Amino acid sequence: MTLRGGRDGPPGDTEETLHADPKGVLTGIHFIDGDHAACEGALAAGCRFVAGYPITPSTEVVERFAARIPLVGGVFIQMEDEIASSIAILGGAWAGKKVMTVTSGPGLSLMMEHVGLAVITETPCVIVDVQRGGPSTGLPTLPAQADMMQAKWGSHGDYEIIALSPNSPQECFDLIVKAFNLAETYRVPVFFMMDEVVGHMTERVVIPAPEAIEIVERKWTQKKPGEYRVFQADDDMVPEMVKAGDGYRIHVTGLTHDDRGYPAMNPQAQDKLVTRLVNKIRANRDKLVDVREDGVEGADVVVVSFGITSRVAAAAVEAARHKGVKVGHLRLVITWPFPAKRIKELAGRAKAFVVPELNMGQMVLEVERAVAGKAAVISVPHAGGTVHEPETILTRIMEAAQ
Amino acid sequence: MSDTDLLELEIENPVAPYLRQERLPHIWCPGCGIGTTVNCFARALTESGMNLDKVAIVSGIGCTGRVAGYLNLDSFHTTHGRAIPFATGLKLGNPDLKVVVYSGDGDLSAIGGNHLVHAARRNMDLMVVCVNNFTYGMTGGQVAPTTPIGATQTTMPYGNFENPFSLPFLADACGAVYVARWTVYHVKQLAKAMLEGLRKKGFVFIEALAPCPTLYSRRNRLGDGVDQLKYYKERSKIVNGADTKDVGLTFQGDIIVGKFVDRDRPTWLDAMNEHYSQHFGEKYVPYGVSHGQE
Repeated sequence: MTLRGGRDGPPGDTEETLHADPKGVLTGIHFIDGDHAACEGALAAGCRFVAGYPITPSTEVVERFAARIPLVGGVFIQMEDEIASSIAILGGAWAGKKVMTVTSGPGLSLMMEHVGLAVITETPCVIVDVQRGGPSTGLPTLPAQADMMQAKWGSHGDYEIIALSPNSPQECFDLIVKAFNLAETYRVPVFFMMDEVVGHMTERVVIPAPEAIEIVERKWTQKKPGEYRVFQADDDMVPEMVKAGDGYRIHVTGLTHDDRGYPAMNPQAQDKLVTRLVNKIRANRDKLVDVREDGVEGADVVVVSFGITSRVAAAAVEAARHKGVKVGHLRLVITWPFPAKRIKELAGRAKAFVVPELNMGQMVLEVERAVAGKAAVISVPHAGGTVHEPETILTRIMEAAQ
Repeated sequence: MSDTDLLELEIENPVAPYLRQERLPHIWCPGCGIGTTVNCFARALTESGMNLDKVAIVSGIGCTGRVAGYLNLDSFHTTHGRAIPFATGLKLGNPDLKVVVYSGDGDLSAIGGNHLVHAARRNMDLMVVCVNNFTYGMTGGQVAPTTPIGATQTTMPYGNFENPFSLPFLADACGAVYVARWTVYHVKQLAKAMLEGLRKKGFVFIEALAPCPTLYSRRNRLGDGVDQLKYYKERSKIVNGADTKDVGLTFQGDIIVGKFVDRDRPTWLDAMNEHYSQHFGEKYVPYGVSHGQE
């Protein structure tokens, strides 16, 4: 696991690596599905408050959390809807907890206003989306990867978020720990973009010992109430945080605000705040990029995939190699921010990119943007309901190699 | 006594320490009743003797939604209608906090209505102050779920024909353990209700009727803020313990005020701790009670 260890604390704060609280870690070898593994990962990451609302195919995550949390020490509450769930967790975060909510497409749509609130109030939280076919009620029990653009752009206004796409139950565990650590580091909502197949497939999941799981805590301020400003950012563009009840008498608002947290209704304040909110992620794009590459150097064709589709694509890539095609595979583990720089580098060398995804062509738009006409970009869309046939992807790889 | 004399005497407004002075003047119109409720709330805080570092206030959106921003407490100005679920998360995240939701009738009972009924049902340990001015003030005077039949609003230009909510009845029916209604004419009683609310454990709902002279009164030719206070004075009837079925409001009709409900039942957190203690026995460490409350 590559985690951003330690803390970027204020001067005097020693760099220390924190490890998981053993109470939440079920160390051992398990045979569980992705939904259950994501819950265990959240507990290992230190998540102690979850608010959720039942929705297929994500419900098992909160069911397990509801069963596990009483003896770990924390709270689960099933709220009256996803709107409530998505803001209850923000309250929990300002009370000092690591927090998560869990949903699928229709619920994610309802949560969008609070994605914006989390962004503008810089509230660390993890939003798990076990994707199913849409639009609307769509295919509740069947997979899709069609919420990728909604995760990036779904709330109004301009902002940046982080999103991760696991492709196995093991990754549901490992990467959700990373998702929490990133949420704490950058104080943004982090989307955990599972899908129905990853959520419901059962595989071996190894949960490490607590001391092998690195944990990041948000930067708690060491300033005194008189000198602390709730949204005054450090050089890394991330403000130090306090929690309600600590005596700082903070004001937190969804309005555009100054570094005291007070509403500031003017273009200067808007420019300062929105620019920082966007740049704290954009400036760290290179650090955030997480791609897994297989034979992309020197490849004529590069398959770009993420989540469950990466496993199908891997089979197609193998088959193409047997047919003599020089094909590489680049898997997006962090989907947002998009690794445009890396794709751009490859675009000068590969002649084509093949982008299979369980939607009608979302991340392919990012690939096209990065490639900027220097290579062919071939979309392999799929409306969802099942995964691609490897042959479908193989056919497009073979066409691309011509 | 002139202002100069007051300055020489160094008399400070007793409410001043509770306000973020640097944020004044506030946005409310002359004659608006929201400020009066804030004054009552500050007095209730004083009386309560509570550690104000442990009191958090949460507002939604609207004129009353700005209250959080003026109070010198940990304060959260959230999204429209969602103050209650934010407050729920804040309370469950740190049960040591006394969490007060302070918002308007449109915010709490229209867009936020679902959260209001469920928080009351759960007996979430929150004190909700609902300033009811019968209108959407911030957006220019549209019909609200509380607008009496017959009152004119911009989106009911020929008079409202929708049946309004009686908020105390709603809160009572959903399970609130403390329900009161006062007007901003009844400042002593309102402050006392807020004090009782701060000391009460469980879901507290206090409705404060307040004039909106700019939009509600003017559009209905009801005069200014003072005229509305006169109306409150003349037509209010104090009926403590009144059956909330009987406290519905009509356009410029009688107003039943008082403390309607004061009962006890376990809060959501107490019920959870009690239940898990029974289920798990000694393995279960009750959540959020180790530090004690108040």
